[in-house]
Amino acid sequence: MTFAIELAYWQQTILRVVGVLVALLLPAGTFVYVFLFKMMSFMQSRIGPNEAGPYGSMQLLAEVGKFLQKEDIVPAKADRRLFLLAPFVVVVSAFLVYVAVPFGPDAFFADIDTGIFYVMAVSSISVLGILMAGWASANKYSLMGGLRAAGQLIAYELPMVLAVVGVVIQAGTLNMQEIVIAQNEGAVFGIDWIGNPYVLTQFVGFAIFLVATQAELAQTPFDMPVAESELVTGYMTEYSGLRFLLFFIAEFATAGAFAAVAATLFLGGWALPWISIDSDWMNILGPLILFAKVMLIAFLIFWFRFTYPRLREDQLQQVAWKFLVPLALANIMVTGILKVAF
Amino acid sequence: MPRVPGLVKGLGVTLRTMGRTVTQGPVTVQYPRAKEAPPIRARGVIALREENCTVCMLCARSCPDWCIYIEGHKEKAPPRRPGGKPRTVSALDRFDIDFALCMYCGICVEVCPFDALFWSPEYEYSETRIADLLHDKSKLGEWMETVPEAPELEAGAEKKGKK
Repeated sequence: MTFAIELAYWQQTILRVVGVLVALLLPAGTFVYVFLFKMMSFMQSRIGPNEAGPYGSMQLLAEVGKFLQKEDIVPAKADRRLFLLAPFVVVVSAFLVYVAVPFGPDAFFADIDTGIFYVMAVSSISVLGILMAGWASANKYSLMGGLRAAGQLIAYELPMVLAVVGVVIQAGTLNMQEIVIAQNEGAVFGIDWIGNPYVLTQFVGFAIFLVATQAELAQTPFDMPVAESELVTGYMTEYSGLRFLLFFIAEFATAGAFAAVAATLFLGGWALPWISIDSDWMNILGPLILFAKVMLIAFLIFWFRFTYPRLREDQLQQVAWKFLVPLALANIMVTGILKVAF
Repeated sequence: MPRVPGLVKGLGVTLRTMGRTVTQGPVTVQYPRAKEAPPIRARGVIALREENCTVCMLCARSCPDWCIYIEGHKEKAPPRRPGGKPRTVSALDRFDIDFALCMYCGICVEVCPFDALFWSPEYEYSETRIADLLHDKSKLGEWMETVPEAPELEAGAEKKGKK
């Protein structure tokens, strides 16, 4: 990467930190307003927030302000250090996922050769944070919520990784940048004018990835870890103020991160088939294209969330182990055979 | 997997609802600025037609949570015909309903033999102090204006009572 001006290492680092903050908070805020506030309201035939700012668009700032004013309470018997640390661990997991996502030919935070492997690995750091939160709260409901969350996240990690393997086989690389390029230059059955977004050839993998994402984010059909009515928002029960806000941000930031990964793996990432991927303009256009695709994936995620009721805990585990994992394994096998055959 | 069609149908329902809300507006109303017309037989508040009340106390006795307060006295009314004896009638001194206690069961309205009590759909009478929910007969009488016309009787039904 060549800049007109050379930047010192610390300057580059600051730029990267600011960039990843924007990449994290912008989709998270957009999701909350567009999907959680407005789309959910419309799907329930009501208006949603409409007082703060035009069409209620400043509502989110009001909510953040409210949380910042609240007292940060730590229960007397809580494991103090773990309790204070846990929300940051959860947020950091979302940050780390963004590091490997490419936004343009030269616009990325880090070009990691085993990018998708790294993404899958760091995305499970949030399980640690959730277990820490549940354990440190010294509250049986929190502990139950934390354990449920850990069981669920670990169960759905597996189909997610296996769904990704299909893409990796087809692209022949673990590097997310190269996966994007492979999709852009590929062809489906000789038709090459749309490239080969893997949602076409890896549709099963895409579906499994979406279901697993839904479970990883604890969105509604799989939201037992935070079940409001039984576990009083699970592992977050004892949190208030800024730390509750961090959990809240982490939920939507992780949604954005997984949506970005799904868009990169299955929808062609920052590239569009009609635009040359080598042009410098793609460094500016690429993030916008990726953002549009992220919004599309997020629309699906939240559409499912607002439609379906909650599964039972054993049904959740059955879906993962008895249905998704065998399906993903079959998908890998078929992909491998076809890859060798053609 | 027989459940899949149901899952897909559910997605359709939410998507259609979203489209309808965007194009035709929501079913909810922005309350202080816009108001819904309550249904015709809505149980908003109990109104009193004072001249029909005979201080018979049936409503106060039938009230399950004792929220009706009635006081009256006997007085002489002029005779019906010239030369007759003055009639004895009951006059209403006090008729209060404590809407902090009332549970809107409507037994008083049902039990009143002289059509003195009515349901009104009026609902905007909340107070900041709970004691202010005790309303006297003049206030209950004002609500008579909001009582809708009685619905048409069914064909063949006999009209009872005097109105």
